[in-house]
Amino acid sequence: MLVSVYRYNPETDSAPYMQDYQVEIPAGKDLMVLDVLALIKEQDSSLAYRRSCREGVCGSDGLNINGKNGLACVTPLSECAKGGKLVLRPLPGLPVIRDIVIDMSLFYKQYEKIKPYLQNNTPAPAIERLQSPEERAKLDGLYECILCACCSTSCPSFWWNPEKFIGPAGLLQAYRFLADSRDTATDDRLADLDDPFSVFRCRGIMNCVSVCPKGLNPTRAIGHIRNMLLSRNV
Amino acid sequence: MGVSITNFSRSGLSDWLIQRFTAVVMAVYTVFIVGYILSTPGLDYGQWKEFFECTGVRIFTLLTLISVVAHAWIGMWIISTDYIKPAVLRFAFQATCFLTMFVFLVWGIDIIWGL
Repeated sequence: MLVSVYRYNPETDSAPYMQDYQVEIPAGKDLMVLDVLALIKEQDSSLAYRRSCREGVCGSDGLNINGKNGLACVTPLSECAKGGKLVLRPLPGLPVIRDIVIDMSLFYKQYEKIKPYLQNNTPAPAIERLQSPEERAKLDGLYECILCACCSTSCPSFWWNPEKFIGPAGLLQAYRFLADSRDTATDDRLADLDDPFSVFRCRGIMNCVSVCPKGLNPTRAIGHIRNMLLSRNV
Repeated sequence: MGVSITNFSRSGLSDWLIQRFTAVVMAVYTVFIVGYILSTPGLDYGQWKEFFECTGVRIFTLLTLISVVAHAWIGMWIISTDYIKPAVLRFAFQATCFLTMFVFLVWGIDIIWGL
């Protein structure tokens, strides 16, 4: 199989380029994209990429695979390379450190802005803060996010304003804490989101939903945030 | 984060709501005007003039005109902050949009109310 990989080493290259590799795919096997990267690494040890758990849990190996963002470790060739060719690029919109490794500082900065931790100003109970099963169920579809950045880097609003728009990943987590019955900072959290950029740059094009490797729906969470802002302010 | 000083209402929520509300106004007005044209076969200048002499029609038309301006301002502001990064160019674009919309608004009022 022909695999074309984005290469860039800022110490030696003046500009990024695409490098082609011929990779032997073992017959009868449906490899993941990450396995293909490992095979390339055997040919060319200078290729840099991130990986850790290799099972879609750590979120390290988000890549642009044949034009669509996804996790290399859980994207099978049968799904992404139907035409027999594989093109691997870094996630778009963030600075490239080297090859397909990106600098995620802006992504984390947006995540930090939404204060991704439980805030509760009531005295701590002796054991733990309890939730009813119904209250807990509200967090389903929100807490599963692994911060791989596939969604935010597929979002044009995040490409144009990565310093001002929180992005789908951050907003999904913002709603995760807004929806948490144990969190008492709802009003402060909403007040922080009521500017023209943080939430409202979302145009609802749902790229985030189409690429999320965990099948989550940031657009719906953003809609919930908007409704909370509306009922608080109208 | 710095506060935006050139957007319509200073609040993202308010801009968003105004854009939705004005969209509904424009949609209803479109149905109203198209409905009038379709239900008035052989429409001539006299009937058209008489139609716009009705105060209700004028108020609705003015409301729509203001809605177009508000809707367009919010939309153009969003486009300018997405795509035009140098502040001077962005402001020049916004100022041009503002002047154009202002002229059309005043001109439109002049036409509708015949002041």
